[in-house]
Formats: sequence, structure tokens, C-alpha cells
Amino acid sequence: MPEFEPNIVCFACNWCTYAGADMAGTSKFQYPANLKIIRVMCTGRVNPEFVLEAFKKGADGVFIGGCHPPSDCHYVNGNLKARNRVQIMKLLLAQLGFEPERLRLEWISASEGEEFSRKVREFVEELKRLGPNPLKESSTR
Amino acid sequence: MKGEPLKEPPKEPVKVGVFICHCGSNIAGTVDVKALAEFAGGLPGVEFSTHYVYLCSDPGQGLIKESVKRLGLNRVVVAACSPRMHEETFRRTVREAGLNPYLLEVANIREQCSWVHMNQKEAATEKAKALVAAAVVKSLYNEPLEPLTLGVEKSVLVVGGGVAGIQASIDLADQGFKVYLVEKQPSIGGHMAQLDKTFPTLDCSSCILTPKMVEASRHENIELLTYSEVKSVEGHVGSFEVTVLKKPRYIREDLCRACGICAEKCPIKVPSEFDMGLGERKAIYIPFPQAVPLKYTIDPAHCLYHTKGVCRVCEKFCPEKAVDFDQKPVEVKLKVGAIILATGYDLYDCSQKYEYGYGRYRNVITNLEFERMVSASGPTSGQIIRPSDRKSPRRVAFLQCVGSRDVNSNKYCSRICCMASVKQAHQVKEKDPSSDVVIFYTDLRCFGKGYEEFLERVQGEGIKVVRGRVAEVVEDASGNLRLRYENTYLGEVFEEEFDLVVLAAGLIPSDIKELRTILKLSTTPDGFLAEAHPKLRPVETFTEGIYVCGAAQGPKDIPDTVAQASAAASRASALLAEGMVSIEPITAEVDEDRCGGCGLCVQACFFNAIELEVKEGKRKAKVNQVLCKGCGVCGATCPSGAVKMRHFTDEQLRGEVEAILSTVRR
Repeated sequence: MPEFEPNIVCFACNWCTYAGADMAGTSKFQYPANLKIIRVMCTGRVNPEFVLEAFKKGADGVFIGGCHPPSDCHYVNGNLKARNRVQIMKLLLAQLGFEPERLRLEWISASEGEEFSRKVREFVEELKRLGPNPLKESSTR
Repeated sequence: MKGEPLKEPPKEPVKVGVFICHCGSNIAGTVDVKALAEFAGGLPGVEFSTHYVYLCSDPGQGLIKESVKRLGLNRVVVAACSPRMHEETFRRTVREAGLNPYLLEVANIREQCSWVHMNQKEAATEKAKALVAAAVVKSLYNEPLEPLTLGVEKSVLVVGGGVAGIQASIDLADQGFKVYLVEKQPSIGGHMAQLDKTFPTLDCSSCILTPKMVEASRHENIELLTYSEVKSVEGHVGSFEVTVLKKPRYIREDLCRACGICAEKCPIKVPSEFDMGLGERKAIYIPFPQAVPLKYTIDPAHCLYHTKGVCRVCEKFCPEKAVDFDQKPVEVKLKVGAIILATGYDLYDCSQKYEYGYGRYRNVITNLEFERMVSASGPTSGQIIRPSDRKSPRRVAFLQCVGSRDVNSNKYCSRICCMASVKQAHQVKEKDPSSDVVIFYTDLRCFGKGYEEFLERVQGEGIKVVRGRVAEVVEDASGNLRLRYENTYLGEVFEEEFDLVVLAAGLIPSDIKELRTILKLSTTPDGFLAEAHPKLRPVETFTEGIYVCGAAQGPKDIPDTVAQASAAASRASALLAEGMVSIEPITAEVDEDRCGGCGLCVQACFFNAIELEVKEGKRKAKVNQVLCKGCGVCGATCPSGAVKMRHFTDEQLRGEVEAILSTVRR
């Protein structure tokens, strides 16, 4: 059986992490192809429902990338709103039987291409340890 | 919208065209573009899909336009490089094809796919399919948007009064635009004012700079705000509201004639910052004789009246009664259409290189200290001396790359220090042809116009260059310095004694963290301000209407700095001359039928862009389209799905999630 390859949805803010991911590209910092980025203007745009929906539809992990607190956020404090939401979502995920580690929030600036690729590699490794989305497991059992 | 199925896309028959770019082999070398185009052709709503070698080229854009017209396409998906690179280009293409530019969607399959999965071709192709599928779904919900058009203030704020800021200011002022030049020091001039001669022409630095300083101060369109700092910036391109804090000089600028009697009488001596601590100034001072404006300043950290409440001698002797101890900081409000950042550099702190002994050994100095020493108007009147015994040094060593090209400090090359040291070596030889001068270098990078020729000339003067980094400097009791180094051409370790060691300190970005936070500007990994694109938009930042030039953007010499300053001025003047600017219509709107008037969005919006208004007895949220910055925080906050974040709607983002997860076969 081939090795489990996690499927990851990433929400990246236009100003920091999306640009950081572009920087990883221009600098050719390699990382596994498991993560796909959805561009948002700010991590504050990420409605918790999008995250729950991603898990419901089979995502093995959700990665949210924004600007470094306290002051890098292009919209002043959208990143802090995202952080609050992620904390609550992690509690909720645990109650729903998901490992909270499947939701990861990282601060990656436009210049941190290497950091972005490293965080993706780390997350993929972590999800490989955790195994597939528990919903997928229960449906195949 | 809780758990509801996705809303149906708009009723009109949607016809999506998908255009996949090879980018030469940048994309096609990793992603199977043919398979990708076939896959895209089968996606719901897609009428047409194709791939092409360079979509951004003229024929590439022509292919898009021709296809739109021929097939009546009404949505376009371009799968190519990052939208941060060419979204604007393709929006123009789409507009020229007769569609609203916001009906374009870009799938980033280069920076975020082919370039980062170069050895995983199959996985990269699968990922590209997911990204294209997401872009196609998003495009189905794209709606035509009309940019807001606003007027542009015909004025510019230039931050930083070094040669970059001065050049940019004069260029803009000459074109008839009002310029506010803000400098935090008491005088404009920057680092260039500290230099003695400039390479490779050996022009006297002051003789080139001083006339420009005077021109800037006398220009009818330039308002100098020295000893001032930018405190806050609100607004947006075309209309920035700036607050500048003017620090108190405790001298009335309108009265001071710079006669200097006050400084003569002042009892307090302080190391002069301008002279790099090699000379002294008084607590009431002008930084250097050619300062602009030529007005005295009281340094409250050292003034006896400020620290101990006594003295006021300057006040007593000032013939013009210009001293005013009651001066308070003043806030100046400005309205400008554009901002140019010319905040320059600082010197690397050489004491961090413990092995070179800077700060511990008296005869180890930096290149900027050498400049002050060799300057005829400097603290030694142009004599090169050893600080320990004030004797003329007979043996001088220049150590390159201190704080540059070094994994333990800064990886980047500071670009000016090779030529600066070569020039300074020449100056040592010029004063004493019998002296021994050695430059210890990593690589001698003399890349500019006339630079290599200058190196050759100076080497002909008997200057020795040694390839190798000095490992250690040790001072003996007489103040002499023993250098231990490897000559990497010979592969041998040597020890040699010198009288004076000059460290070629690297350039680091000025400490502008506060300003960067105010303006939300990003940096490159080296800490210098990031340009929007190194080749295509070298003086723009990612924030529209804000430009960067000089060493704020990266280490550079004076010719490059001046050229870039003129470039920044030129970009800013293009904006101002146009007189109108379009603002991204990516803003929020409220569906009044769904809005319950709870006001959570009002609390969530940092920009006060949402208000509750009463309509037919019910509270409804309303978005101010000019104030809205388009972050979408309100959209994620609204419990009833009433906020529509244009171009990033709930349907679009949920659709992207679903497309990604249903495409990948894992």
C-alpha cells in the first residue's frame, strides 16, 4: 500500500504568507506537493466554517498562514482575530474527535520563503504521523 | 448559509476559458501542461481550454483576446505565475477582450507549484489540477467590479534627507509638485555629508552635495521638516494624511542666525555624532558647518538646564533672543498623494566582531570614522592619526566584509566597502607615499563604471591586496596591532603588525521599525525594504503610492542611489500628473435582507468602515466603500452570512476548498 499522503488546504494572506510562498518559489525552496493554497486578503477573512467544511470534505490538515503579530498585519489586527478563532476552533475540533494539531496557524512574512517550505514539510510529517482525517477512516471501516 | 449547499452560480450561461502557460520550461518542465489543459476542459462551466508557451507575451495575450471574442467566453482563468506578478497584466488583457477585468482568475502554478515541486512531476501535475479546478470554481462566481476613482493630491512626502531624499525632492519640485522633506536629524545631508571624497572620481563629497542641500532648502516647492519624524499615516494612494512630529530645537528657527556665540559660551562638551565620536560638539550645536538649515539645536540629553535646571548661558548671550526653553513638540498635519522612503542605512556594529577588537582597541576604527578623520573639515583637520597616541600611522590595514558576506552577521554583500577601502587606501598613500597599506579582502568587487580602472590605478601606487579574512587582531602595550590571517592564494598563515586597522563596516537598514509598522511595508530577508519586483517595479513597494529609493532598499553606492531616487520621483510624478487613481473595488457589501443588525461587524472593523443605520425601523449594517480596505474580517464575523466580501465571497472560498479536496486522488 502506498504511503499515506495527507491532503492539506492552506489559507494564506495576500501580504505575508502568500508572498512568502511566492518567495519560496522564486528561491526554489522545495516542499512536498500536499498543500494547496487559497489566497485571502487577510487571515481575518477565514471564517471558521471554511475550516470545518474542509475537514468535512476530507482535508487531513488545514494550514492558516498570516503576518507576524503584533504589527505586521496589513489590516492592523486581522491576524489576531484569526489567532483567537483558531484557538476556539482547536477546542471544537477536539470535541469533534479531530486532533487539534490538524489545524495549524503560522506567521510567515513575505521574506520568509525558506521558513514557509520548512513549515510545510513539518506539517506534512506531522499529519503522516497522525494518519488520515478520522472521517475518512470511519467511512472506510 | 449554515451548512447550506453552495449557492448556484449566476444565471447567465457561464463560459470559462482556461489558459495554461508553459512559462518556457519554468512550468512545462515540471507540470504536464497538456494533461492539465485536458483536465481543465472537463471542468463544469469550462468552454475552452488550451496551453501556450508564454501567455504574457504579445501573441499569448492575443490568444486570450481572440478566444474570448471568438467563443463568447465570459470568464477567464489563467494558470501561470503568481497573481502578485501578472494579475494586472492579464486583467488588462481581459479588459481589452471586452470583459470586466475582475472576471479574470489566476491559478498560481509556478511559484506555488512547478518551482517548489521540481522533482515531483506527477504530484506537481495533480496539484496544478487542484489549483486550476479551484480557480475555475472561483471564476464562476466572479462578478464585474468597477474601481472607485479618486483624485490625487499634488504633493509628496519624502522621508529621509540624505542624497536620495534630496534628489527625489528636487526632481519632483522641479516638476511643480509640492514636496515635504522630513529628516529626523537637525540637518539634511545624511551619510554623504560625512564623506571626504567619493570613488572613483575623487570628487569632494561636500562640493557635490552641499549645493544640492541648499537647492532643496531654497526651492519654492520644497518644505523642509528637519529634526522631525513621521508619527502616523492614514488614508491611501492619492490621499495620505500624514502627521509629522517636529521635535523642539529650543531655538526659534526664524530668529537664529547661526552666529555661534551660544555654542562658544555653552559649558558642556559632547562627542560629536557627525564626527563619529572623534571630535566634540557642545550641548547647543549645529552638526557640521554646512548644515541645512543652518540653525542651532539644544540637545536636551546633555544641556545643563534640561538635566539639572541651571545654566541658560546660551539664552543670556544670544544676540537675537532665539533661545526658547519653552518650546514644545509640534504636530504638523500634511496631505500628500504619494510617499517616497529614502531612509538610508546604518553602519554594522563592528564591536559584534569581538575578534577584531573594535571598541576595545583604540587603533581599530571603522571606515566612516576614517572618512571623518581624512576630511579637511573633520576633527583632525584631515590628518590621519592613530587615536591612541595621535601619531601618523606608517602601516595601515583595511579589513573587508566586516558584517557582510558572513553567515554569522549578514549574508549579503554591502557593495560599497571594496571601493571605499580602495579609495581610502589611496588617501593614505597620497598623504604618505612611503606607508605600507594592505587590503585584506574576500573578493574585490569593483563592478561600477570606472571602478576596475580605479583599482588598477591604486594598485599601481603600491597598495598590497591580500585575499583572506583576518582571523584575529591583538593589541600590544604600544597600541600596535598584530593581525593573524591566512593568505588563501598561498594557503599559508601569517602574522603581521600594523599601526592602524580600518574595518570596512557593512551596511544595515536604518532602524525604521516604527515607520515600517505604520506603513505596513515588508522587507526582503536582509531586512531592507522590499521592492514590488526587483526588475519590473524596482522603486514601488507593495502598497500603492509608496515608493522606495537609496540604501533603504538595499546597500548601494552614490551613483546608484541618485539614479534610483530619480526613478522613484519619476514613478511618483506619473501618479501625480495623472491626477486620478483607481482603488481596488475589492470591498465588502451587506445583504440587507439577511442582516440582523447585530453590529458584530461594526465592532470587528478596525477601519470604522461599517455603520449601523436604521431602515424602516430595523437596524442594518452599511459599508463605507472608501474606508473599507477589503480585509474581509467582517465577512468572517457575520453570523448570518449577510456580508459579502467581493471577489473573496463565502461561495468562492468554500468552492475553492471543495474543488481542491475533490480533485486530488488521495
